Amino acid sequence: MTTKSKPVNEPGKVETIDQVVIRFAGDSGDGMQLTGDRFTDESALSGNDLSTLPNFPAEIRAPAGSLAGVSAFQIHISDHEILTPGDAPNVLVAMNPAALKANVNDLPAAGTLVINVDSFDERALAKAGYETDPLKDGSLSAFRVYEIPMTSLTLEACRPTGAKPRDAERSKNFFALGLLSWLYHRPIIDTERWIVRRYNRVPIVAEANALAFRAGYNFGETAEIFESSYDIAPAEHLPGTYTNVTGNVALAWGLLAASHLAKLPLFLGSYPITPASDILHELSKHKNFGVRTLQAEDEIAGIGAALGAAFGGALGVTTTSGPGIDLKAETVGLAVSLELPLLIVDIQRGGPSTGLPTKTEQSDLLHAMFGRHGEAPVPIVAAKTPSHCFYAAIEAARIALKYRTPVYLLSDGYLANGSEPWRLPDVESLPDISVEFATEPNATGTDGEPTFWPFTRDPDTLARPWAIPGTPGLEHRIGGLEKQDGIGTVSYEPANHEVMVRARAAKIAGIAKNLPAAEAEDPDGDARVLLLGWGSTYAAITAGAKRVRKAGKSVAQLHLVHLNPFPPNLGEVLRSYEVILVPEGNLGHLTRLVRSDFLVDAKVLSKVEGSPFRVGEIERAILQEIERLESGAAVPDASGQVDARGRGPAVGGSSAEEAAL
Amino acid sequence: MTDVAVPLTTRKDWASDQEVRWCPGCGDYSILSAVQLLLPELGVQRENTVFISGIGCAARFPYYMNTYGIHSIHGRAPAIATGLAVTRPDLDVWVVTGDGDSLSIGGNHLVHALRRNVKLTILMFNNQIYGLTKGQYSPTSEVGKITKSTPFGSLDTPFNPVSLALGAEATFVARTHDLDRKHMIETFRRAHDHPGASFVEVYQNCNVFNDGAFEAINRKENRADMLIPLEHGQPIRYGADGEHGVASDGQGGLRLVEVADVGEEALVVHDEHRVNPSLAFALSRLATGPHEPTPIGVFRAVERPDYGSLVDHQLLEARARGGAGDLSSLLRSGATWNYD
Repeated sequence: MTTKSKPVNEPGKVETIDQVVIRFAGDSGDGMQLTGDRFTDESALSGNDLSTLPNFPAEIRAPAGSLAGVSAFQIHISDHEILTPGDAPNVLVAMNPAALKANVNDLPAAGTLVINVDSFDERALAKAGYETDPLKDGSLSAFRVYEIPMTSLTLEACRPTGAKPRDAERSKNFFALGLLSWLYHRPIIDTERWIVRRYNRVPIVAEANALAFRAGYNFGETAEIFESSYDIAPAEHLPGTYTNVTGNVALAWGLLAASHLAKLPLFLGSYPITPASDILHELSKHKNFGVRTLQAEDEIAGIGAALGAAFGGALGVTTTSGPGIDLKAETVGLAVSLELPLLIVDIQRGGPSTGLPTKTEQSDLLHAMFGRHGEAPVPIVAAKTPSHCFYAAIEAARIALKYRTPVYLLSDGYLANGSEPWRLPDVESLPDISVEFATEPNATGTDGEPTFWPFTRDPDTLARPWAIPGTPGLEHRIGGLEKQDGIGTVSYEPANHEVMVRARAAKIAGIAKNLPAAEAEDPDGDARVLLLGWGSTYAAITAGAKRVRKAGKSVAQLHLVHLNPFPPNLGEVLRSYEVILVPEGNLGHLTRLVRSDFLVDAKVLSKVEGSPFRVGEIERAILQEIERLESGAAVPDASGQVDARGRGPAVGGSSAEEAAL
Repeated sequence: MTDVAVPLTTRKDWASDQEVRWCPGCGDYSILSAVQLLLPELGVQRENTVFISGIGCAARFPYYMNTYGIHSIHGRAPAIATGLAVTRPDLDVWVVTGDGDSLSIGGNHLVHALRRNVKLTILMFNNQIYGLTKGQYSPTSEVGKITKSTPFGSLDTPFNPVSLALGAEATFVARTHDLDRKHMIETFRRAHDHPGASFVEVYQNCNVFNDGAFEAINRKENRADMLIPLEHGQPIRYGADGEHGVASDGQGGLRLVEVADVGEEALVVHDEHRVNPSLAFALSRLATGPHEPTPIGVFRAVERPDYGSLVDHQLLEARARGGAGDLSSLLRSGATWNYD
């Protein structure tokens, strides 16, 4: 919290600050995600730039009051452009001892703590593993602590509703929201309206929440325990209409847009899985767009149904995460063989196996790239911000339709649940991605009659014709068995197999011809270090690069959306830098790909802690590389790859080993 | 059903130019010709007909049909066909599968396609053996089956496919066999005309790995005493002179009786439209395998809205409520704000 004016210790005073990072933390049942969402909407309406990071446990309700059950929502708001949810909170709202314990270590000295003291009884302290009361033992002396009896104030406020204390107590998150809304001058009218809308079926709950919200707001104003409240000016924005959007909603909307732009009905076959289910939920709401959603019996049926729909001429999509990707692998291979358009949306999460269902990771890239038997190339598109999920969905659909191929669209838990303001595009400006179905025979049979060959290829795209059932004269059979080039009958002939393997590979490789050239961003023009990224690291990498440049050093940045094939000139760009640093949420997936494709000494900066990179971690890594170059180290760093916190060697071809060869 | 539609196509139109490569003597040949003989009678068009299969001997079926088709992956045909049938209600979608394909690896998809009542005609060729992988026991093989993978006899209790389908809430369940073309054609016709998911178990002889598995019941000379023809609205009886029959066992099940012993009025009258599937289920339990008198024909044919129609109905309702989707309004459906 950078203060622009001197703190004034008089009630009713207002300070203007340029940004703040607030973290709401409580029990899973305390409604912290909802509180965060509302605060986000209020902030968006205030015109601040913002970025959010929800963080919740995999259990729906872990034992109340336990550390495992802590759910948190972090929001970064500012009067200038920001990219990340912030490395550390300036303000921590802790609804119970467990929330305090699980989060307080992230709060820097002099940070603000807003605590619901009512929850700090002996039992709750013990459950959180506190031997002594942190409110009394001096362990919080480094912070500005505000002890507020939120539960009792909420109960008092809700008394007129006649709600039972047990029920009324549940409104305390709205008390906290009201309090923080006052503290940061958020507009409250929208939340008040929202409460009425959201709880209109249970008037007593609506009333209790509204009263608690208002009580929190008024408490801030009248209790005189805060030295001041804070004003954050609206950020400067490009002109336009904005909305706040999470990655999963943007992705769902992108699929609807792709269906509209392709003039094809959308079919989603999906099995519920965290953190991808929200795409299924969102699309299920929009049946008036003609979208058919099938909650399948399993992951395999989800993708199978999508592929069947594609055969019939629909835009077939399946969405999943983690283990679901493993289960779908066989059908992706079938789609490669059938050469039909199909989107496989992977909202990556921590693995292996069930792993970390609610935590983000970028560790499916190599699976998307290679996770099938046989030579089975599949294009890969990766979204880089929550709102970019919209455009990435359209781009993935474009490639799938044009080249008649399954396409992997990679997002992750951070993008899926994180949100940012999005300047809405003019729908008319979106690309036409429609393709033509085959309607006429394209060959002559041995009998001299016109016939249809399903595996003749377009000379430009190498795509085969998409002839859908219902088209007379174009009846044909496709399948997982190898097919004869052109005519498309079953063929076990060795030379033909090689032709087909190479044709499928050339088709996917050839997509690069029409991709925009990779262009590294290097405002100073003399950078020696290139930051190469993909996916959700975009925010942290961009912010890290900005900090380094602010400090007077040069660094270049290149963020890939197309992971297979790569942009046509990628090798050339990579080779023009002395150091290629690849921050990624895995142990080196993209790093391996560029090393093997271009024989460049790319170096991974890994982070697999279930959370996105902090800007500081990227900044530190860049500065280290620059320092090393400037100190004239001729031999590459002998420590091998390091993780984001500078610990131990990670896997991946070590530069030292290469140097030794 | 004798009032055959005017044939617009001939059998030849439905056969692809591909050489049929099942083993000589395989029961699949007669099933293929039954289907190719039936389709012209149905008055349907090749371009609107799709055959989808998984893996196995039966799964080669689509290659031999001059229609649209997908030879997919093991067990997944019902799932793939579901996506097609739900998005293209104008098509006739057939699923051709085997006992291993649909009851082992693809068991999940089969039961869910049936309970959803997706408009599919599912023909399950049951030869009680894995043929394409050269002779391992299947989920319908009898206990004690000696095969390459069970040299000391198989230990697992087999599925009764008709019982399974009934338990999966199927609205149409039938059984036929590869030695009776006429019965196959009539059964397939009923399955095709059923407005929902239909499941037909076809006893099919694998003359290489499980020859004669159904001989005891379907050889010409055995049929009268070993096959129990199910006819809707008729007392269930069999035997050359209808001397055997099926009656209640007094405990909720059925038993085989001699008509002379119990009297005609004691026979159970078949009712394939009965909503409660108990009678159909009891019929499916009469034989423990193809060595006892076995019912064939339609066990159950009840009407329930098919899944695709229900999906379409929701789309129409949503349009009636909110109008056709507008992308620009969708993007602005949450809180929005403007900057100049």
